[in-house]
Amino acid sequence: MTVPILKQGDYLIGSIQSALTDTDLIEFRSALADQVGKNRSRAVIIDVSGLDIIDSFTARTLQDITNTVKLKGARAVVVGIQPQVAFAMVQLGLYLDGVATALDLDEGLALLSAGAARRTSSG
Amino acid sequence: MRVWLCSAPALPGGHLVADELRIAVQSEIDIVTARQKGRALAAQLGFASSEQALIATAISELARNIVQYAGRGQVDISIEQKNGRKGIGVVASDQGPGIPDVRRALEDGFSTGRGLGLGLPGTKRIMDDFELVSEVGKGTRVAVKKWVH
Repeated sequence: MTVPILKQGDYLIGSIQSALTDTDLIEFRSALADQVGKNRSRAVIIDVSGLDIIDSFTARTLQDITNTVKLKGARAVVVGIQPQVAFAMVQLGLYLDGVATALDLDEGLALLSAGAARRTSSG
Repeated sequence: MRVWLCSAPALPGGHLVADELRIAVQSEIDIVTARQKGRALAAQLGFASSEQALIATAISELARNIVQYAGRGQVDISIEQKNGRKGIGVVASDQGPGIPDVRRALEDGFSTGRGLGLGLPGTKRIMDDFELVSEVGKGTRVAVKKWVH
């Protein structure tokens, strides 16, 4: 299953709508990195609300995506981790180190625009 | 992917579920199938949704280990009973290369693969019973159980 990537102004939104195989996730990572360059995007929001679980491979791939996007000069926020998924991650010992997270898409957008405002005011 | 259904006893609530499910694991899509079937059984057994996610995550880790290290194997998911308690049992087995250093494989952060090195130790942490038998050149068998609280 391909993850749709939507363009919204300077942002890209990748919306994971169902359980993904490892290959789907890796393809999503590549497509996102590609699109950030093509669209000169400033930020990426990854909506994972459709994921049934986040296991160690998924967690690592989300970290990889965030790092890749950062290296391309954009910011990344993971949004929509389901409560039971978050609980399982904590129990398993999985943490998304270095990954910005927000409750949902709205909060993710707010986080990004707040960050942009801070950068503007300090710069 | 093949799924065998064995005898189907009735659970309280009138649902009919399989006593044991066997999922042949040989490609990535089987990882998803195995965890979804496990989750469905956990739901029928009365596990809370947070625990269903835990069980699904554990199955995902175990099934991925099969695909990644052994190439093929199987996941058996069963209904367990002990002292009047119900639980779910998951056995992941393969005839793969085996684990040379089991103790290290159970340490947080140790991985020879592409995960975070939390698959086995994390699975051990989240399940109530955990048993790992591995022999180099013969294969690996991980049996875990979780009881309904």
